[in-house]
Amino acid sequence: MEKFQIENLDLYYDNFQALKQVYLNIPAKEITAFIGPSGCGKSTLLKSLNRMNDLIEGCRITGSARLDGEDIYGDMDINMLRKRVGMVFQKPNPFPMSIYDNIAFGPRTHGIKSKVKLDDIVERSLRDAAIWEEAKDRLKKSALGLSGGQQQRLCIARALAVGPEVLLMDEPTSALDPISTAKIEELASDLKKNYTIIIVTHNMQQAVRISDYTAFFLLGEVIEYDKTEKLFSMPKDKRTEDYITGRFG
Amino acid sequence: MNKINTRNNAQKWLSYRKSPASFLMYLAVNIAAVITICLLLFIVIYILIKGIPHLSPQLFQWLYNSENVSLMPALINTILMLLLSLLLAVPVGIFSSVYLVEYANRGNKMVGLIRITAETLSGIPSIVYGLFGYLCFVIMLHWGVSLLAGAFTLAIMILPLIMRTTEEALKSVPDTYREGSFGLGAGRLRTVFKIVLPSAVPGILAGIILSIGRILGESAALIYTAGSVAQVPTSVFDSTRTLSVHMYVLASEGLYIDQTYATAVVLLIIVVVINALSGFVARKIGREN
Ligand SMILES: Nc1ncnc2c1ncn2[C@@H]1O[C@H](COP(=O)(O)OP(=O)(O)OP(=O)(O)O)[C@@H](O)[C@H]1O
Ligand SMILES: [Mg+2]
Repeated sequence: MEKFQIENLDLYYDNFQALKQVYLNIPAKEITAFIGPSGCGKSTLLKSLNRMNDLIEGCRITGSARLDGEDIYGDMDINMLRKRVGMVFQKPNPFPMSIYDNIAFGPRTHGIKSKVKLDDIVERSLRDAAIWEEAKDRLKKSALGLSGGQQQRLCIARALAVGPEVLLMDEPTSALDPISTAKIEELASDLKKNYTIIIVTHNMQQAVRISDYTAFFLLGEVIEYDKTEKLFSMPKDKRTEDYITGRFG
Repeated sequence: MNKINTRNNAQKWLSYRKSPASFLMYLAVNIAAVITICLLLFIVIYILIKGIPHLSPQLFQWLYNSENVSLMPALINTILMLLLSLLLAVPVGIFSSVYLVEYANRGNKMVGLIRITAETLSGIPSIVYGLFGYLCFVIMLHWGVSLLAGAFTLAIMILPLIMRTTEEALKSVPDTYREGSFGLGAGRLRTVFKIVLPSAVPGILAGIILSIGRILGESAALIYTAGSVAQVPTSVFDSTRTLSVHMYVLASEGLYIDQTYATAVVLLIIVVVINALSGFVARKIGREN
């Protein structure tokens, strides 16, 4: 089952072309990794999938991207799209409010007011993001008092709270220590049962450890896209091989 | 046990001996600080000494007349004027800044125009606002010399200040908050009201406090617009005098210098109380975030 179908997608920031004729089919309920050197367009493609690029002026997109066959850039309501396709950012970005309010912000946005329901969603999301034990006694305390790793899991919980189908993660562990990183990787592998996950990473081992499919980007193009084991054991393209063996420019 | 993480005087001297320039700098900043504090203390103490002995219950009587130059009407007028002009200027100021920072597109012509207008307006002396208010509100709109004309004039005067401070406060809210909110499917309106504005409240309050100071101290812009009738108004079209105008009138009549100082003491106390109050509110809101 394909979750996303990306066809002939070009993206320009003003006159700079950041994505060139991207074709990509992203499978449902699997983890797909985007790898490639800095500036090759991984974040850009990720943000095209929930239209966060709309916030950037001078950004122009052509081609097509579909979610479950539905055109993302068509009549779909943009806030509904972002509800279905959640995002976790590189730097943890909890809002300056309590842990509870951080998680409840999304559900409240989408019209849930009942205290009982919100309590339930908050607990479930925090449990799913493996941070319930650490947070349950300080739900009313500011989220900014959590450690970086806890904040990132809080942000994952916050994204889960609106009931998304997809989680986009842009280098979610690059600001974290090895133990927090391991927790988030484990979490991603758990979440795959219910969610489609796309993760951008600079860490090749991470891609191998957790992802099922990997796309290798270079200068705005998808050079190679395959099952992770295949891409890392028998890369078809010379440039992929150079990159994953660390011989790249 | 002795603390080891402080430098004793001998150590300080040693390092200053090595660099005389930094010793001079050290002296200069200290002297500047002392001069500032002394000047401020001198003014405050001078006013207190001159004014406190003349603070009598008569000064707080309801009615003003030439036997008893009560400051009560002016005190009430000041508060009315303050509330009315803030009511006019604060919403407009905050919303136009929200438009500039959150809604307007890059390179929008309106934005440049609004910024230039605001900057120009903030450099104009207050007597010019008074003149404008007189011509526009008093004469053209037939409001007469009134509370309303005065409040509108002051509102225009403080608008650039509120806009500038609000704009800075909004800009200092990290974009990652906005991204987080949009990423959860919140629209622009919800993002602005639930995420951005609450984070910007302390900065916005600071601007409002500065504006309050300007309103309380203003006389030139009010003399031609709100006038100097020392009575509690019965409608917004009545002429009123604020404490500052009251002081100006008393002092220029030359007969009531003692009462002028007493009024100054009251004005001073109001300013201190309002600053303390808004500081308290700012801390309260800051803690909730
Ligand atoms: N808002 C923007 N305006 C203009 N150009 C941009 C913008 N965002 C990104 N770019 C450019 O687009 C290209 C791709 O950027 P992108 O952020 O997608 O790279 P990336 O693969 O995520 O890199 P990294 O691994 O460093 O995060 C880069 O050359 C970058 O300079
Ligand atoms: Mg990136």
